[in-house]
Amino acid sequence: MSEIGKTAPAAGEGPLLEVRGLRAAVGGKEILRGVDLTVRRGEVHAIMGPNGSGKSTLAQVLAGRESYEVSGGEVLYQGRDLLALSPEERAREGLFLAFQYPVEIPGVSNLYLLKAGLNAVRRHRGLQELDAVEFLALMREKVKIVAMDEALLKRAVNEGFSGGEKKRNEILQMAVLDPTLAILDETDSGLDIDALRIVSDGINALRGPRRSMVLVTHYQRLLDYVVPDRVHVLSGGRIVRSGDKDLALELERKGYSWIDESAPEELARGRV
Amino acid sequence: MIATATVPGCWVAGYSRLERERPDAPGARWLAQLRRVGMERFSVLGIPDPHQEEWRKTNVSPIARVAFEPANGAGGNTATLAQAREQLARLAAAGIAAPALVFINGIYAAELSDLSGLPEGIEAGSLAQAASDRRDLVEAHLGTVAADLTPFTALNTAFLRDGVFVHLASTAQSATPVHLVFLTARGVHPLACHPRVLVVAEPGSRGRLVEVHAGVESLSPPAAAGGPVALFVNPVTEIVLSSGSVLDYDVVQPMAGREWRIASLGARIGPQASFSSRSICLGGPLVRNDVRAVLEAEGASCTLDGLFLVRSGEHVDNHTVIDHARPGGTSRELYKGILASGGRGVFDGKIVVRPDARKTDAMQANRNLLLADDAVMDTLPKLEILNNDVKCKHAATIGRLDETAVFYLRSRAVGVEEARRILIQAFADEVIGRLPAEPLRAPLSAAVTDLLAAGPEAGGRT
Repeated sequence: MSEIGKTAPAAGEGPLLEVRGLRAAVGGKEILRGVDLTVRRGEVHAIMGPNGSGKSTLAQVLAGRESYEVSGGEVLYQGRDLLALSPEERAREGLFLAFQYPVEIPGVSNLYLLKAGLNAVRRHRGLQELDAVEFLALMREKVKIVAMDEALLKRAVNEGFSGGEKKRNEILQMAVLDPTLAILDETDSGLDIDALRIVSDGINALRGPRRSMVLVTHYQRLLDYVVPDRVHVLSGGRIVRSGDKDLALELERKGYSWIDESAPEELARGRV
Repeated sequence: MIATATVPGCWVAGYSRLERERPDAPGARWLAQLRRVGMERFSVLGIPDPHQEEWRKTNVSPIARVAFEPANGAGGNTATLAQAREQLARLAAAGIAAPALVFINGIYAAELSDLSGLPEGIEAGSLAQAASDRRDLVEAHLGTVAADLTPFTALNTAFLRDGVFVHLASTAQSATPVHLVFLTARGVHPLACHPRVLVVAEPGSRGRLVEVHAGVESLSPPAAAGGPVALFVNPVTEIVLSSGSVLDYDVVQPMAGREWRIASLGARIGPQASFSSRSICLGGPLVRNDVRAVLEAEGASCTLDGLFLVRSGEHVDNHTVIDHARPGGTSRELYKGILASGGRGVFDGKIVVRPDARKTDAMQANRNLLLADDAVMDTLPKLEILNNDVKCKHAATIGRLDETAVFYLRSRAVGVEEARRILIQAFADEVIGRLPAEPLRAPLSAAVTDLLAAGPEAGGRT
């Protein structure tokens, strides 16, 4: 366990994220039944799957949600045991989760949260905290990425935000926290076409060789805007098929029932 | 009720002694009659016991078991005055500065008060003095608002010697807060003080008053085996709002003492007049706050907000009554409680809409945050609606910190303790943020955080 995160890792050091045989349950009900997933630096992966397949559970478990019990498997992040870290340690080490349902926090301003989070990350990296002037300058720059009204910065976190504003706010937080691995959980859901374009542009602007992304989505349409390197299909708590971006198109044409029918053979041939 | 009346001998003896001393200024001898009525009333009611409906959740019988002496201000005690000055300096740093009337154990301390900057049209000073100098006004209103609110308001009246009189002439139009600072200091013997506040707002006047309660803690004699000497504070505030007047009245304890406190506030709200109050109570071994606002004329409005915090061994009970007596009244009420491990809280909020009070618009909410399994909160919203043409809503919740919100903050790199602190602070700030006196907000928010960070405290009863 070296000083991960304090120095920029060189590309090609090995996978950023390795999920092996991950099992997780909530309330005694097993939802993830052996997930395997490898994400390399700079890659964008899409995880698709029908409702109830475990997509959001995977996202939440990776971010450290304590209401899920991990019952098996392991997760290595930058070569280190991710599951041993608290949610805030994961965030400080560069893991970010964009929530499917961003939480409204009355009484806590967006700016306050962003500053508290950013400075926690900076302290962890041995950097000085930003002062008020530096922080505001950074915010002015970052809101442009998601074309967000600056007035929303002063409002309580997500309170009274429209669906689109909430999702943009998630991408803004991502832009500010500058993660190494961003997991975007159904960031496209509930967006009209204009909002989808803005959010997608934001995601693309944040794409780069030093940042990996996992897009969890039910529909293919986000992938028209954010083209993934790899596409995986999660079904029944396992990744049952993986491929390139064409897999998403095939899914869109054939529907998830196609996966369910073909899944047994897929599994028989070994994990993807 | 009469059969169960407990009237400790100390009160009877204290009352007689005080009357023999003839405490009033020559022009204020009429107060003796008011006190006599108060004593008679208290003798009938006594210290309430837990069998009485309104006192079921708050056991005040410890008060009946202590032989209290009436407090007598600083009594020329230079050490007390020095401590008081130190406390006033701390309060000034928290924005509670001139104009300020300062009281020690309920008696006006002219040498500590600073009336510079008192807004035009506002007259403020010692009630004992005003009972003589402004007898017409004081006699017309004193005891007409809250004298019958609880047995303790009767007790306050029985021992009424001093307090504050504030008069807002129609020319008063300022938002500058006038501070009423009540400092309490323990004595060698158990002391009881009964400060009284009378506020009379003339038609069309506007004003802002902040009642501040703070302890002069370091005066406490070294705690003996039985704990510190008892101190009982029983303030009563009476407010009369004439037509079209607007008053903000806040009651805050930024530096909470450890005394037993039974506080009562009554407001009579005239036509188109508006009364707005916030009560911030940062704990105490035994605290009971009674508020009764009567919207007694058409178009009156009232906002009552409250925040309390209790920790181990602490008990805070907020009882409120909003009485819509006439048509077209509006009331808004939000009380919030934060209960840490071992804390005990009560909210009893009654809204009465009288048969005549058509077009009443009333909303009440009581929200409580339990920080531990062994905190106990009772919330008792009560609506008595006696006509159909009203809009009336109420909501009461008792819940834990939202773990989804905690996780959300943690996922943004905020540490778990910090995340909880932020959420608790935000919960408290909803009420603190409604204080119109900006300088008070930050110190009160900080006080909430400090109290919670201090962790469980031995909640010794005084």
